[in-house]
Parts: sequence; C-alpha cells; structure tokens
Amino acid sequence: MTTTSPYDVQPGDRVHRRDPVVVDRHSSFVRVNHWTTVITMLLLWASGFALFHPSLYFLAGLFGSGENAREWHPWLGLVLFVAFYGLFFRFWRACLFAGEDSRWLAGLPKVMAGGDEERLPEVGRFNAGQKMFFWIMAIMVIIMLVTGLAMWDQYFYDYTTIEQKRIMVLIHSVVAVLVVCGVIVHVSMVIWERGTLQAMTRGYVTGGWAWKHHRKWLRELVTGGRVGP
Amino acid sequence: MANFEFVLPPAPTTNIKVAFGEGDLVARSASSVPPPAKQLTPVAKLIDVSKCIGCKACEVACLEWNNLRHPIGINTGSYNIPPDLDPNIFTVMRFTEWVNPETKNLEWLIRKDGCMHCVDPGCLKACPAPGAIVQYSNGIVDFDHEKCIGCGYCVRGCPFNIPRISRNADQPKAYKCTLCSDRVAVGQGPACAKSCPTHAIVFGTKDEMKKHAEGRIKDLKSRGFSNAGLYDPPGVGGTHVMYVLAHADKPEIYAGLPKDPKISTVVEIWKGLFKYAGFIAIGGLAAVSVLHQVIAGPNRVSRADEDNAKRLAGSDKK
Ligand code: HEM
Ligand code: SF4
Repeated sequence: MTTTSPYDVQPGDRVHRRDPVVVDRHSSFVRVNHWTTVITMLLLWASGFALFHPSLYFLAGLFGSGENAREWHPWLGLVLFVAFYGLFFRFWRACLFAGEDSRWLAGLPKVMAGGDEERLPEVGRFNAGQKMFFWIMAIMVIIMLVTGLAMWDQYFYDYTTIEQKRIMVLIHSVVAVLVVCGVIVHVSMVIWERGTLQAMTRGYVTGGWAWKHHRKWLRELVTGGRVGP
Repeated sequence: MANFEFVLPPAPTTNIKVAFGEGDLVARSASSVPPPAKQLTPVAKLIDVSKCIGCKACEVACLEWNNLRHPIGINTGSYNIPPDLDPNIFTVMRFTEWVNPETKNLEWLIRKDGCMHCVDPGCLKACPAPGAIVQYSNGIVDFDHEKCIGCGYCVRGCPFNIPRISRNADQPKAYKCTLCSDRVAVGQGPACAKSCPTHAIVFGTKDEMKKHAEGRIKDLKSRGFSNAGLYDPPGVGGTHVMYVLAHADKPEIYAGLPKDPKISTVVEIWKGLFKYAGFIAIGGLAAVSVLHQVIAGPNRVSRADEDNAKRLAGSDKK
C-alpha cells in the first residue's frame, strides 16, 4: 500500500523489522554505477595527475607509459561522464534543497566538532552537505568534460585557438584539484560516520543509522508503508 | 650608398666543432639536470629577411636532411605552399604583400618561419614528460621523440606557434626544427643555411651572427630603411634563431611575427604558481580531514538510536 512517495524516496528503499532494523538504501544497480564512477575517477586521477607535475609522472606507469596514460585519460573521462550522470538522473530530485537544509548547515560546525547530532533538524535521504557535493560535482564534471574535449587534440584540435587551449588546460587542472578536494571531504565523511560505507558495499544500513542521520527519510519510509519483515 | 656587395657569411662552424650530448644539457623538461661542466659556445642562425628571394631551397634542404616526405599540396593561388608548418615540415616561407605607407612601394616580405630556439623556451616549460624537450648549452632546443607522449602541451607553451603534433598517427608526437642538432654536433651548419643561394640564412656563433647582423643593418639603413634592426626578442631571453628585418619596428607585418613574444601568463600560472596552490590545497585538506577524524572521534550510531528505529518501525511490538 505504497502512497505517493515524498520527493527523496527511491523505489528500492525499504525498512525491514529485524534486530537491529535494516533499511535498504542502494540497489545493486546503483552500487555498480557508483563503484564504476569511483574506479574511473581514480584512473582519471592517475592518468591526469601524472601530467600535472613531474613528481607524479610515475603514476603513468600504471598505464604502461606516458603515451598510454595520455591516450586513455580522455576516454576514461567519457566513461566517468556517463557513469556520473547515471547517478545524477537517479538522485537529482532527492538532492533538491529542502526547508530544513539551511538550519542543518547552520548547526553543522558544532556537530563536526563532536557535538550532539540531535541539535540538527531531521533530514531526508540526503543532508545538505551531500546535496552540495552532488550539485558541485555535477557542475565540475561538466567543466571537466568541456575543457577536456577542448584539450583532446587528437579529435578537437581545430575547434579552439591556442590561447583558448591555454585557458582550457588551466581551468581543467584547477577544477581537477577541486574535484580531488571534493572527493576527500566526501570520503572523509563516509569514514567519520561509521556505518555509512556499508550502504555502498552491502546496499543497506541499520535502522539506528537512518534514525541518527536521516530521520525524516526513515519516517517517510515508515509512514509510506515501506516496511516489511 | 653602398654598392651591391657579396659578403660571404662568416665560416659557419669554426668555433663549434664540438660534439655535444647529455652532459651539455642546461634544461630538461619536467626534470632537472646537473649544471654542465663546460659551457658550449652559443650558436645562432641569422635569417636576413631582406636578402631572401623566396626560392624555398631551405625548405627542400630541410625535408631532405630530415628525411621527410610530404604529399603534394594544393595551389590556392598563393606562394604560401605548403600553407603551414606541420609534423612533416619544420620550416615554411611566409609571404606577405605589404604596401609601405611612407613610400607607397609594394614590398614583398618573405619570412622563413620555424622554431626560434628560445633562451627561455615555453615549450620546455609546458612539457610534462621528463626529458622529452631538452636545451643544450649552445642554445639548441630539441625534442626527444622517444620520451614525447604527444600531449600537445608544448603547443600551448610556445609563444611562436611552432610545434606540431602528428595526429591520427599510431602514436602522436611533437615535431619542430631541431636547428639540425645532429649536423651541428659534428661541426656542420644547418641544412637550410647550407642551401641558401643568397646567404640570407647564415649560421655561426651567436656573437658572430650579431656582428654580421650589424653590418647588414648598417647597409639597410644606408639604403633608406631607417628602422632596420635585429630581431632577438628579450621577452623570451633572446633566441638562437634571429632575423634581420628592414622594418624591425613592426615585426607583425612579417606574417604576424610577434612584437614582444613571451611565455603566456596563463601558461606561467598553470605551470608555476598553480602547481603549488594545488598541492597545498589537496595536502592541507587531507591533513585537516585526518585531524578531524582524530579530534572529533568517530561518529557512531548508539544503542539508543537502534532502539528508536525499532520503535519507529514497529518491530518492538511483535
Ligand atoms: C570528463 C572528461 C575528461 C576529459 C575528456 C579529459 C581530457 C583531458 C585531456 C585531453 C588532457 C590532456 C592530457 C591528455 O591528453 O591525456 C587532460 C589532462 C588532465 N586531466 Fe582530464 N579529462 C576529463 C576528466 C578529468 C577528471 C574527472 C579529472 C580528475 C579530477 C581530470 C584530471 C586531469 C588532470 C589533472 C590533467 C593534467 C592537467 C595538467 O597537466 O595540469 N580529467 N584531461
Ligand atoms: S620557438 Fe617555440 S618550439 Fe621553438 S624553442 Fe621557442 S617555445 Fe620552443
């Protein structure tokens, strides 16, 4: 008896009355999609940052040679684009900002410093930090794609002037650094909030985790009747 | 008024009969080199634009020496054939018809284009592949195709738009004039200089070439070209390929020869300041993240949270 779901609930989300309570969070399709993004991102880092600075050139060894790293990188970029936008179209609605987000953000610094999370307003499937990461990545992936294509001399040399190419490579490397910074924060939060990683490995979280971090979402699932044994 | 004189170029290679190699590098892309034990005499090629008749013997000699083959091009109604440098053509003549606003004379400007062998080479600065671009203490800037990865960064670095990447080949690589480093290494001048019938191209030590240029400039001035001068642009630290220009005050009229070439500020930021900023940003953020984990301690779900979830889900009522 599923009623019309709130904007953030995903089709596979379901609460199981076990001990402890288990909540399905990410379908296997989403998990494969996410890990594809992770792996291509890491390969992009290796092949891209090999060219970023001589001290990182050894990373090209992962691909056999500098030539190979250079050649593979843009193709990996295309894979990343497709993989990331697979996640994007799945989650963009759930990442629209909601009323509680600004209050949540205002209270965040104290909680990060070790304060009690109960001070924060209850949030849905994603909190304001996750939503920000989502939208910032969505923009940055587009920037990387556009500047990356402009740098892809093999196919697109004739479409830009040399001065434009200079600007494109500067933007590409600045945003590459920002992408790494974004991912550092993302991974750091996953590690900090114990019990989060299993959402991407096993696909489910405990009820307590959902209660603590995404209580509004948990309530939505229960009131929406998405509960089973 | 000077008579038509036939000054033979200074014997091109007297002072430079020294082989050079790895030990003579002063710069190497994406890596550093120990300071060379000895300093080779800086060499230079002087191109006297006022003497060039556009016969393209130098182009042919260049193709010949470098064993390059190029498909026959298409005549587009201009002497600019082939129209541009490419991976198989390291030098081209650029023809410009220019009406001198003072004399109303049509002047046919013919500039031999190719690598300038900058003292501060933007190509080398931009190159990410260790050792793919090297600079010898005699001033020659050379590409090592074994180490080149074909990324095209040298194209972005060069203020003269010289390097060309072979595209749609199995393995793209960057190409440009080598100043016949292989010939110079055995005491020969570059093939182009050797072939030039008017001695518009001469080769020797940089000092000799500057002196030779002075004579040429004096001659041009005496014939009414009051702005004649040497093109050895200081913005790139000077070059080891220099031009004598009849109108040195406006080099742009020679098919866009830049007036004050220097490595683009964008390239300087990209290759300089930003690399440090990038490492500091990433390193700093990683350190802060680790510190945060340590100081704030893990954010764990408690027994009470699980109980609350059970109550909410209704599993405690069973
Ligand atoms: C989305 C599609 C992308 C495309 C088409 C692309 C394409 C390129 C190209 C053509 C280059 C020049 C070297 C080469 O040819 O391999 C390059 C360099 C680079 N890329 Fe990408 N890229 C993309 C995404 C990314 C991503 C997501 C990252 C990492 C966050 C990244 C990081 C880098 C870095 C660090 C460099 C070296 C920049 C420098 O030398 O300063 N790229 N990319
Ligand atoms: S002219 Fe261009 S390719 Fe030649 S040395 Fe200078 S920067 Fe390098």
